[in-house]
Amino acid sequence: MKLEINNAHIVDPANQLNKVTNLYVNNQTIAAVDKSPEDWHADEVIDAKGCYLFPGLVDIATRLREPGHEHKATIASETYAAISGGITSVACLPDTDPTIDTPAEVELIQQRAQSAGHCNVYVIGALTTNLEGNMLSEMAALKQAGVVGVSNVLHPMANNLVQRRAMEYASSQNLTLFYHPMDHDLAANGCVHEGMFATRAGLAGIPTAAETAAVGSCLAMIEQTGIRVHFCRLSTQRALQMLERAKFDGAPISADVCAHQLFLSDHDIIGFDSNYHVIPPLRSHTDIAGLRHRLSSDIIVSVCSDHQPHERDAKLAPFASTEAGISALETLLPLAMQLVKDEVISLVNMISLMTHMPADLLNIKAGTLTPGHNADLCLYNPNIEWRLTPENMHSRGKNTPFLNRTFKGKVTHTFVSGKLVYQSQYD
Amino acid sequence: MQHFLTTESLSKDQLTNILDTAESFINIDGRTVKKVPLLRGKTIVNLFFEASTRTRSTFELAAKRLSADILNMNINASATVKGESLLDTLRNLEAMDVDMFIVRHQDSGAAEFLSRHISPQISIINAGDGRHAHPTQAMLDMYTIRKEKGAFENLKIAIVGDLLHSRVARSQIHALRSLGAKEIRVVAPRTLLPARIDGLGVKVFHQIETGLKDVDVVIMLRLQKERMLGALLPSEHEYFYLFGLTQERLALAADDAIVMHPGPINRGVEISSEVADGNQSVILDQVSYGIAVRMAIMSMLAGNPS
Repeated sequence: MKLEINNAHIVDPANQLNKVTNLYVNNQTIAAVDKSPEDWHADEVIDAKGCYLFPGLVDIATRLREPGHEHKATIASETYAAISGGITSVACLPDTDPTIDTPAEVELIQQRAQSAGHCNVYVIGALTTNLEGNMLSEMAALKQAGVVGVSNVLHPMANNLVQRRAMEYASSQNLTLFYHPMDHDLAANGCVHEGMFATRAGLAGIPTAAETAAVGSCLAMIEQTGIRVHFCRLSTQRALQMLERAKFDGAPISADVCAHQLFLSDHDIIGFDSNYHVIPPLRSHTDIAGLRHRLSSDIIVSVCSDHQPHERDAKLAPFASTEAGISALETLLPLAMQLVKDEVISLVNMISLMTHMPADLLNIKAGTLTPGHNADLCLYNPNIEWRLTPENMHSRGKNTPFLNRTFKGKVTHTFVSGKLVYQSQYD
Repeated sequence: MQHFLTTESLSKDQLTNILDTAESFINIDGRTVKKVPLLRGKTIVNLFFEASTRTRSTFELAAKRLSADILNMNINASATVKGESLLDTLRNLEAMDVDMFIVRHQDSGAAEFLSRHISPQISIINAGDGRHAHPTQAMLDMYTIRKEKGAFENLKIAIVGDLLHSRVARSQIHALRSLGAKEIRVVAPRTLLPARIDGLGVKVFHQIETGLKDVDVVIMLRLQKERMLGALLPSEHEYFYLFGLTQERLALAADDAIVMHPGPINRGVEISSEVADGNQSVILDQVSYGIAVRMAIMSMLAGNPS
């Protein structure tokens, strides 16, 4: 099957391509860009005039909720939500039930993802057994099963000694550590940013120092050991400044932010609406400005979803008693494109942060339109206006503070390995 | 007004209206309240998820003086253990044809949460939610201050103690600001003050001696014994040494300053017996006014401002 997509504005930062041209797909792979291959006869032609064509997006922070939390969502439902948002590769996190700390869970996820057949699924394994922070997981076995990294997510480590040993062991297995900086003692039972909103609402706050103290202590261990670490879901300007400085001084580190942290602060929390309950919490205006300002700096290599779909009941309680997290796969690209429109970041840099840069972090072959690579593609029409509603969301989780917001621009077609896996009803 | 959840964002007129309505329920003697048939045939449920004696009983008395039927429901942790959610509890009671719920709950935002999910004809009064608000207590405090001091405009008020955990203090601060108090001070060690409390429009003091200087009203907050466990304070003894209200310290305030406390008081922890029982103390008046103020709020929600 030969597919030709014509007249699209193709943005492929890895290949320095940013112009209106054509793309040629032969079966599963990209045959050529710009100039057609010799003796080319397309079986199907899509005229994409006025649309953007991006490499399929790569999201490094997706909860698929399997195994164990099928009442929230399933691999099938969430991978479909991913492709509806133009995301063709996701990495899922190990905070499932059971946790992903043996090859059995990794294989289960891979099998279910394959049978769902929507997008590519990669697995980040648990750093410690059951994420309890005491004993190391069998990282060599996990690596053999195909994990792209290890993490303890937001579960505390017993102490800094275990943290250091886990870092060293992961490093000797050549596994990237995805570190979520949170000092759990300082965070205590907090559920919102320690600031004016927490004080007015009478909710326990999580101070900025819960993030900066964890970043500081991890940086100290990196300095000691030289181990490469990726810092996940930064929420404070100050922590990002520390990382930027350490990177400048040569530390082998990188970081990511999730899209909602670039848009929402604790000032935006309406009443006690539990859809705004996220951990790390929504911070201040200054933090948003600080995160936005550093999007094009050397330290940030990914803007991700931090997708956490929940069933309705999980959010149906007073704020502090609800589960944290936002269903975010379907707002990742719309929010990113808003940043471009608002001139926070250039289109090319924004697409880099959602394609080849996170792909490099996961060490997977994705996020580019290089001929010979799998044809994972996202076709985006910037002129379609649509409103996010529970009815038109594909994720099982309808928990998002962006509900009922109108966006301009929509994914119309998503291809995974040359196969059309999603086509929007709006097209 | 359908619900009464917080004093925040209520206007001076709204607050004054509540105080005036409360006034109308008080007999000529200035203390006792009349029995009126304003809520005859209405069913009110006291829905308490947290222990309370005084607040619950003053609501009960207020409802009875308004001729309503009142049911007391004390739901402790056991219901949560059984797995029934807060919303399920409410729905079950709602099915019993209730007109008004008076809710106390340990979670900030609980009353607001219930108000968003309840049938439109039912009213909710917040009788304390987590650290967030305790608006009826704040209103009876405003009533007491107005009774003793008249206008709010020239008053300096100091709130002393555990503001971090205090829903009473938050509601008082909002009400005092709307009513136009001249200066609101908070007095506590940093461990008992929430972040950026100055953003609420108060002046912050860490020493009681400077905090009390020339104030017209001293509001003492109750110190919970469990605060010693979380490294917030070393001991009750040291707390009293630093922040306890004694006669000597009270002498720093204006000569006619009044002393208030939402109760129950810890003698020798936040306040000396001498002050608590002294002639500047209006702590027991607060309790008496609580009934009239709660009657006012209940009748106004039921659409019967007298």
